[in-house]
Amino acid sequence: MSAAPFTRLAAVAAPLIRPNIDTDAIIPSREIKAVSKQGLAEGLFAGWRYTDIGGREPDPGFVLNDRAYAGAQILLGGVNFGCGSSREHAAWALAEYGFRVVIAPSFNPIFQGNCVRNGIVPVPAAQERIEGLARAVAPDPQVRRICVDLATQTLSGPDGDENAFEIGAEAKEMLLHGLDAIDLTFKRRGEIEAFRAADAQRRPWAYL
Amino acid sequence: MVSLTLFEKLWREPLVADLGGGEALGLVARVFLHERTGSIALESLQAAGRPLLAPRQVFCTMDHVVDTRPGRTDETLMLTGGAFIRATRAAAERAGVQLFDLGDPRQGIVHVISPEQGVVLPGLTVVCPDSHTSTQGAFGALAWGVGSTEAEHAMATGTLRVKRPRTLRITVDGRLGAGVTAKDLALHIISRLSASGARSFAVEYAGEAVEALSMEGRMTLCNMAAELSAFGALVAPDAAALDYLHGRPYAPQDQAWDRAAAHWSTLRSDPDAAFDLEHRFDAAEVAPTVTWGTSPQHAVPLSGRTPAFEDVADQDSRESYDKALAYMGLQPGQALAGLPVDAAFIGSCTNGRLSDLRSAAAVLRGRRVAAGVRAICGPGSMAVNREAEAEGLDQVFRAAGFEWREPGCSMCFFAGAESFAPQARVVTSTNRNFESRQGPGVRSHLASPATVAASAVVGRIADPRELGP
Repeated sequence: MSAAPFTRLAAVAAPLIRPNIDTDAIIPSREIKAVSKQGLAEGLFAGWRYTDIGGREPDPGFVLNDRAYAGAQILLGGVNFGCGSSREHAAWALAEYGFRVVIAPSFNPIFQGNCVRNGIVPVPAAQERIEGLARAVAPDPQVRRICVDLATQTLSGPDGDENAFEIGAEAKEMLLHGLDAIDLTFKRRGEIEAFRAADAQRRPWAYL
Repeated sequence: MVSLTLFEKLWREPLVADLGGGEALGLVARVFLHERTGSIALESLQAAGRPLLAPRQVFCTMDHVVDTRPGRTDETLMLTGGAFIRATRAAAERAGVQLFDLGDPRQGIVHVISPEQGVVLPGLTVVCPDSHTSTQGAFGALAWGVGSTEAEHAMATGTLRVKRPRTLRITVDGRLGAGVTAKDLALHIISRLSASGARSFAVEYAGEAVEALSMEGRMTLCNMAAELSAFGALVAPDAAALDYLHGRPYAPQDQAWDRAAAHWSTLRSDPDAAFDLEHRFDAAEVAPTVTWGTSPQHAVPLSGRTPAFEDVADQDSRESYDKALAYMGLQPGQALAGLPVDAAFIGSCTNGRLSDLRSAAAVLRGRRVAAGVRAICGPGSMAVNREAEAEGLDQVFRAAGFEWREPGCSMCFFAGAESFAPQARVVTSTNRNFESRQGPGVRSHLASPATVAASAVVGRIADPRELGP
């Protein structure tokens, strides 16, 4: 299934700048109730977002419950964002909630891949830059927006300050055009079949 | 000839095409699924009308949400657990993949049963929608965790598009001291390198201390590489690895085995191969280790104290340090040994194998769990369960006051059903001490099975070496 293409987004950015935010925190296992990629947004950050475990009473101290940041589509995170469990539900929950970009100093590689496959752009930026963006946004988050231009790989703050960011060529193509990786790979079916046949001669034990 | 690292050899073998920009298309030899994340991958493929390229190379188990109480059925304490189990069973049947279902004598935790069944073999690429897939790298396989969509890709196309990781060798010189385990070594390394210390690296564990580990110890070490955010972990396959795999159901047999074994003997880093990064550790410096906070990097020697903020591994902000201590109900400079515990758990893909149960049983034999401590042991697989029972280990655990469970992930994480009480202090042989990982508000201290057993007996965090024979 392909995600919506991503070119450029100027949006409200919510800060959650803590190191090692794990996928258990992004979507607790107890919130994964069905064999489905849907119905997960309500469980996003449930342990921090609600006053009680399993409850739905918003914790006023949590950034996503702050009306100033309503409608946020960009999340400002800390180092090693998305570490822990490989559950893709973390990316599904973020996407369903409305996030299209996560900006963090570094990402767990499995989570990073899950983002790309679900139309979320992982944007790496220095810790100081992210903290600076959070400060710049804070006076009026609804107006002071952050802009991410994927085509030019540019991240802009509300005062027009710009910096370039890195993203893999393949990830960029997939996000820009909303491509499905399986469709892309199917174009190489013949190549894969030929390689498998030769490999089965070299390493027969690899094939059952 | 160019000198290559073990990783580079494993990367080249299945390489179908270079996609440019550091990305490659590589064959995937084995896909292992479980009912928590595998069910959705199979259902999603089926909904898209995409058949599996090679169903016989795909395996599935039930481990994550299954009940582990004796006499279990498809129904679980977790309200919708049964739906995951039935959906997985139906999807696996439709897809024609081997399922190790509830009641099957081969059922167990994915990373425990994959080696038991000989599904993982040296040199193979193995993926599973589970972060602890790195465990299987202990056999010299390129094994890594993926998302569900990636698993779909692997099953539909027989390949994955992968960004090539950098190489990191972690050499552990010398020998671990008596009573110091692979788990202690793993926690020690994570505490030094941080929870992102091997991010995007393929780690090769090497050195005398690693070679001296049993296969089970190596699996524990590679398992915890997930807590370094590594792409995967490897140990070069040696006689111990081959001895373990020889004769396993899905391993090659007879002449086919000989041919494979000859190839596998070439799977080691060349003596002068260059790594992108190297770290060295001295095994003699490793002591029984326990975590104090809410990240596996928050680990100190069991005889130590919660660190001052200035002394914690890098990358912890003041806010997250304070939050971790507050969550754990601890103060800076507080001794770990002697903290009263409410519960103890032994099991999981990290430490749920026979040698883990043996080391805990050695502590528990002739002793009783302290009053008020709830203690649970969950063997990693039906095979571990049978072997443990044949040795009478289950009797040792039961006599000591432990609950003896059926195989599964059990209390390693809270899926909405069983847990310990809020703010309960739990010593656990599992892999993650995240906030609420084992239940709402539960305070998890990661440690080796022997430390968990000793702490259960004393009723406080305790060093198994100090209990005496």
